[in-house]
Amino acid sequence: MTTDQLRPLTELQALESESIHIIREVAATFSSPIMLFSGGKDSVVMLHLAAKAFWPAPIPFGVLHVDTGHNFPEVLQFRDEAVEFYGAPLKIASVQDYIDDGRLRERPDGTRNPLQTLPLLDAITKGGHDAVFGGGRRDEERARAKERVFSMRDEFGQWDPRNQRPELWSLYNGRHLPGEHVRVFPLSNWTELDVWDYIAAEKISVPTIYYAHERHVTFRDGMWIAITEVTPARPGEVVELHSVRYRTVGDMSCTAAVLSAASTAHDVITEVGLSKITERGATRADDRLSEAAMEDRKREGYF
Amino acid sequence: MPQRSSVLSPNANLTGGRTLLRLATAGSVDDGKSTLVGRLLFDTNSVLADILDHVEQVSKRRGLDRADLALLTDGLRAEREQGITIDVAYRYFATPARKFILADCPGHVQYTRNTVTGSSTADVIVLLVDARKGVIEQTRRHLAVASLLRVPHVVLVVNKIDLVDYSEDVFTAIATDFALLARSLGVLDTHCIPVSATEGDNVVTRSHRTPWYDGPTVLGYLENVDDTRLAVGSELRFPVQHVVRPQSAARAPWASRAPEVNGDYRGYAGKIESGRVRPGDEIVVLPRGSHTVVEAIDTPDGPLDLAVAGQSVIIRLNSDVDVSRGDVLAATDAPPAPIRDVTATVCWLAERDLTTGARVLVQHGTSITKAIVKSIEGVLDLDFESGTVPCWRPTATLTLNDIGRVRLALASPLPIDSYREHRATGAFIIVDDADGWTLGAGLAGSTPLTARTAFTTQSDQHYPAQQGRGPS
Repeated sequence: MTTDQLRPLTELQALESESIHIIREVAATFSSPIMLFSGGKDSVVMLHLAAKAFWPAPIPFGVLHVDTGHNFPEVLQFRDEAVEFYGAPLKIASVQDYIDDGRLRERPDGTRNPLQTLPLLDAITKGGHDAVFGGGRRDEERARAKERVFSMRDEFGQWDPRNQRPELWSLYNGRHLPGEHVRVFPLSNWTELDVWDYIAAEKISVPTIYYAHERHVTFRDGMWIAITEVTPARPGEVVELHSVRYRTVGDMSCTAAVLSAASTAHDVITEVGLSKITERGATRADDRLSEAAMEDRKREGYF
Repeated sequence: MPQRSSVLSPNANLTGGRTLLRLATAGSVDDGKSTLVGRLLFDTNSVLADILDHVEQVSKRRGLDRADLALLTDGLRAEREQGITIDVAYRYFATPARKFILADCPGHVQYTRNTVTGSSTADVIVLLVDARKGVIEQTRRHLAVASLLRVPHVVLVVNKIDLVDYSEDVFTAIATDFALLARSLGVLDTHCIPVSATEGDNVVTRSHRTPWYDGPTVLGYLENVDDTRLAVGSELRFPVQHVVRPQSAARAPWASRAPEVNGDYRGYAGKIESGRVRPGDEIVVLPRGSHTVVEAIDTPDGPLDLAVAGQSVIIRLNSDVDVSRGDVLAATDAPPAPIRDVTATVCWLAERDLTTGARVLVQHGTSITKAIVKSIEGVLDLDFESGTVPCWRPTATLTLNDIGRVRLALASPLPIDSYREHRATGAFIIVDDADGWTLGAGLAGSTPLTARTAFTTQSDQHYPAQQGRGPS
């Protein structure tokens, strides 16, 4: 045996194996898991890992998209292609349906991210899902840094950060009471850069809007906001055509673009490696609401 | 389609590049742990502009004249209000050589359970002391925990060295004290570094104010600490997660990138917890004890010539032995004896107490079984002096943050290793059968702290060679 063979695993090998182990544990120990899938880069990496985890058998669970009705059309098209490619049946929970029949009301600020919680919890309850995979990463935000890989949710979908189970070695404990469910985060230990490194290494397709494209944008509250039906230009705003890309692909009403010329995964890696602004800070208006914005929304059952 | 067989990964894109090292911090409340971690993040450029802006604003609001780096690591609202860290938080930073996952463990005395949690996966413990105080009770406790949990490397950060005028004498006295403590606790690999986290001395950049110190900086140490052990490890342990039998299931378009398999494919999916495995290796299936040979190691990227600890793979066997989830594929050299009577060191992590007669669940590897607490043989008294070891005193119950010796009777036999040799498969968790809560962390067999007492148990014994030999 040469010394070359005694080298430890690389970062990406170790992260991939850890995530696959987590995904397999969930499939083996829960009766009805489901994977959240938005078409965003983290969720497609998670779906790719699920396909690898169960190869040569198919993925043994479906995916769920909570559709705010304000998604980028490019992302919806990608979503449909991706679930077909990886062979996972898609369920959709529609925020628009809830608004149409009065179960939810549009917010004055027009953002629909906070409205996702109810359709999500309803879909979990109706589907009888006891485990829900999410693509959250601990490096994204300070409240997430403390969340377990297996994270308990009570009957109301709430997270109690002061009352989390210890999680030791790689012994994941998903036991729960009826009505409770477990959110599982297989990408907990990945950073934004790891995700892009893996996308490049595994040649994973992501929605085109992650790469540079020309778009009409306006500079609002320190962020580049695309001019769309959902987010029209306000009186007095200057609309400019720029080469931009998105670092996250959430609700159009609160996801901003960054100026970029990165047209491949490798370009993005260079850009992310140099970037001086975190991805949520740069592009998510809803995280700026308060110092503890994310923690508050997580407590309520949002991811 | 022809598949190139290769070592570790057929995907060359995954094999180059840096490795991953897991760290855990430990220290007392005012040792400056949050500042040290903040400094590591800050000086490795892992803190981005918007986060730093936020920290500067909050620091200003609190009347501080410069950014308080400790704020970088305060996560939950309750912590910001109380100014202390209450739960393990995970931090990420990287250099060209390595990526680091840091379990930032609270220093408050009642939160020992978090140190146990953080240490369970750590390759290195970063232990802090205040240079003005030296080795204190908390240091001894944390090092005892690191020793119990068999963390391979411990680095002692002698922080606030600026507050003792960068004194070599102070540092040497602490380092000597610490070496004595480490030796008595059986911790073999230690290193001490004089640091000022607030000033940045010897964290990432070498300080000119400690010319008498010629060792590495904290980051330099972490970048160079030996991790080959992670790859070679000890004997093979492979807990089976599930049996892979795709039969004639429809293949998604994605699968055309992966190898084709036959309709009668049967393999065992899992993660290698220790050691390594190659096709042709003889292995034993535990707890049954049947012997067989590894036919192939499969992955969706192609077959492997070698797989090592940490890898998730599928193992195919060359005979039709009965294998299911919960079984462990192990090297034939000294496999663990399946036991029903387990003696273990138990770190108690729950508010509710443990008493003799309690009915619990024991989760080990990929199996879970009912268990009854037969006896509690002692609780570790962590108030001990350097040069001695903590002693066990009698007790009837274990309460939150206690470390005790417990005898358990299992409903079905499990192949539990001695934790001293196998961190992954010598470990188990104790789970509440009623509400599923994780109650305790179990380390089977004798401990380094009890090696010279009478605590040796069945779990230190190996599988008798004559028992349960399979047809091979």
